Amino acid sequence: MAGKKIATRESYGNALKELGEKYQDLVVLDADLAGATKTSTFQKAFPDRHIDCGIAEGNMMGIAAGIATTGKVPFASTFAMFAAGRAFEQIRNSIGYPHLNVKIGATHAGISVGEDGATHQCNEDIALMRVIPGMTVICPADDVEAKAAVEAAYLHDGPVYLRFGRLAVPVINDEESYHFEIGKGITLKEGKDVTLVATGLCVSEALEAALMLEKEGIDAEVINIHTIKPIDEELLVASAGKTGKVVTIEEHSVLGGLGGAVSEVLGTKCPVPTLRIGIEDTFGESGPAAELIKKYGIDAESICRKVKEFV
Amino acid sequence: MADKKRVANLKLQAAKCRQNVLRMVRAGGHGHVGGALSSLDIVTALYFDKMNVDPENPKMEDRDRFLLSAGHKCLAQYAVLAEKGFFDKEVLDTYGKLAAKIPGHPDMHKLPGVEANTGALGHGMSIANGMAMAGKLDGKDYKVYAITGDGELPEGSNWEAAVAAAKFGLDNLVVFVDNNGLQISGDVTKVMDMRPIDEKFKAFGWAVKYIDGNDMNQILDALDSIPEEKGKPTMILCDTVKAKGLSFGENKAGFHFWNATEELLDQAEKEMAELVSKLEKEKEELV
Amino acid sequence: MNKEMLQKTANQIRKDIVTAVYSAKSGHPGGSLSAADVMTYLYFEEMNVDPKNPDKADRDRFVLSKGHNAPALYSCLAEKGYFPVEDLKTLRHTGSYLQGHPDMKHIPGVDMTSGSLGQGISAAVGMALSAKLFNEDYRVFTLLGDGEIQEGQVWEAAMFAGAKKLDNLIVIVDNNGLQIDGKIDDVCSPYPIIDKFAAFNFKVIAVEDGNDFDQLDKAFNEARLTDGQPVAIVMKTVKGKGVSFMEDQAGWHGKAPNDDEYKQAMEELEKAGEA
Repeated sequence: MAGKKIATRESYGNALKELGEKYQDLVVLDADLAGATKTSTFQKAFPDRHIDCGIAEGNMMGIAAGIATTGKVPFASTFAMFAAGRAFEQIRNSIGYPHLNVKIGATHAGISVGEDGATHQCNEDIALMRVIPGMTVICPADDVEAKAAVEAAYLHDGPVYLRFGRLAVPVINDEESYHFEIGKGITLKEGKDVTLVATGLCVSEALEAALMLEKEGIDAEVINIHTIKPIDEELLVASAGKTGKVVTIEEHSVLGGLGGAVSEVLGTKCPVPTLRIGIEDTFGESGPAAELIKKYGIDAESICRKVKEFV
Repeated sequence: MADKKRVANLKLQAAKCRQNVLRMVRAGGHGHVGGALSSLDIVTALYFDKMNVDPENPKMEDRDRFLLSAGHKCLAQYAVLAEKGFFDKEVLDTYGKLAAKIPGHPDMHKLPGVEANTGALGHGMSIANGMAMAGKLDGKDYKVYAITGDGELPEGSNWEAAVAAAKFGLDNLVVFVDNNGLQISGDVTKVMDMRPIDEKFKAFGWAVKYIDGNDMNQILDALDSIPEEKGKPTMILCDTVKAKGLSFGENKAGFHFWNATEELLDQAEKEMAELVSKLEKEKEELV
Repeated sequence: MNKEMLQKTANQIRKDIVTAVYSAKSGHPGGSLSAADVMTYLYFEEMNVDPKNPDKADRDRFVLSKGHNAPALYSCLAEKGYFPVEDLKTLRHTGSYLQGHPDMKHIPGVDMTSGSLGQGISAAVGMALSAKLFNEDYRVFTLLGDGEIQEGQVWEAAMFAGAKKLDNLIVIVDNNGLQIDGKIDDVCSPYPIIDKFAAFNFKVIAVEDGNDFDQLDKAFNEARLTDGQPVAIVMKTVKGKGVSFMEDQAGWHGKAPNDDEYKQAMEELEKAGEA
């Protein structure tokens, strides 16, 4: 459906509601943000299995750990800043270390939070979460992928960090034919001159950039890496070997996120020149999301310009 | 009981500050008005009556400090700072714009008069502790005022700060709890019942006073008797009305964050203008 | 178990604690010894648990929020029959399953991994909440240090438990009055502990001497009868209890005895066991 836009946080809420019907052991926790994280969608359908912990994220992660020990599957939800940021140590020690079956639904990741500004724009969460041993880190690109990711996370045994956005983003996947598998990247467009590796809302921007590049005579391959950990090494190495140049694109710091993960793989297995596009080593600011995406250089036009310079 | 003229003047200032809030909403189309308006009377009393601050010299060493732990209530602070002359009122018209000096949460490096970058809930009391402790260490007699929301109190860092403030005897610290009873998800007692708030702070070693936080008389009485108890930090538990002054929004959780419609904004501006003229008249009559 | 048997068991557990820490050449004897009696009471009198079936679904749970008291927990579990007492001597050794702090993945009978202070109580709250949500009637016990309650997360958890009326949760505070840096009232006083938990909507039961089984018995019976709110048992104890030179000494919070000290400690405990 061309032109349709949905925020992946909406997809999260909708998926939880659907899964709640299917799986009786699914419990949703929130920290006074149910309306924003969209767990309110689940709450309306299953008020008894939706627990508001109040504004106390560290405790919420601990409660999720405790619930998981009893064999239930908790989804703990808040903004990325307060999940990966504030509650980092609780996630690391009470969930990661005992490898408990807790799913963390982190919404409002990245600068597309918009007007709330730097305090709420988490550009560091992928870096923080992927260094925890045993943690799976997923950053879906659109509604179709997000819903599939939530169910895959439920079915996966072990902690999962799911990264969602506040901003409505284009639906780029076809619901009928789409298949999600944790740890398997998806080649959206084949090409021979350069590989664009993107995640989250940057996937649609990368696709658009690839079309612009085509007009300039540059044939770009576009890969969607929805699972940042474990990352699809095989796919990355094969593509890098083919094109010889790799660009990573993410709504996250250029340090430690997708760019870091891809560089770690290619640096040892297939060293090629790489360019990391993302939020440079800086904090965000208040402003409409679309303007920020432009200003911070992760929109299709900026990507196109940077890739042209790089190739 | 506070002096009538003093009260009349502050009521008028508060109404003008509420006009400033509406001006920002007009510019940005939205804003966290609920908590800004519930706490605005307190902020007005602090800046226009109590605090030793100088708009010409916002970094004056001995100034009293104010910070909003609930940083999303920054419209109240922007409104009061503008009215007090810390910056040009035209800045209010940039609310919601990229690179504005008045972002969605306050930034101490962007706007004169802002003391801390708050917005992540539960940080403010610790920062205020540090400022108050520094005052004690330097032998200065400035005071530190902070406002926290009631919905913010479940955040554990508040209780770490509460224990520390009592231990260090920070009687130069005053924390207002803006007890408007509503948070983003609804009734605070339903989301996470943190009552009794006063008993908790007492058990954590604080002096506690309980007032109506939208009543200028009671606000001034409380401010005039600080510290409530020598050697102890003061907590002023303020019952307030969320979105106070918006006739159609008072006590509604939906106005925590307001996506304003033209029609309601027109109405609010009209009502507030009427209130300002009424209060101006009342003030003149007292002279 | 009668009082005499409980005392004998606790004395054996104290010997195990001292031996384990001595073998490890490091560890936390002070708090382990102050809490030895209450933990003995829990495992040998109060809790519905089965060492043959450590994961049975309807068991009562215990979360050692003050995870550094692992020697006490492991000693109780070993004496109860979860694993061989002999293994206690491998505490903190490379490759041993008896980690410095409790590890639920590898140690039978450990209900929650802990060690980072303030986090265990949240997990215990999660377990108690899960029982309520899914109509199960087990109870959850968690042991906190008095220094630990300086952590804000303890009050996040307490506020939640009070608000949700989790009467299947029993929080025990081991009030031995000392933390690493010294007396808790000098470091950052958490007193009055009782008023704090009361203000967070707990039923508070004060125990004058948490090393006395009669008083513990009375407190836990009262806890059992409490309806509609979580319980906090705040018990005064003596850090290092049972070993004369360790008693009430902050220095023995996290230190292993040398050969002579070990010998003396074991002699004292041996004598106490015969009495």
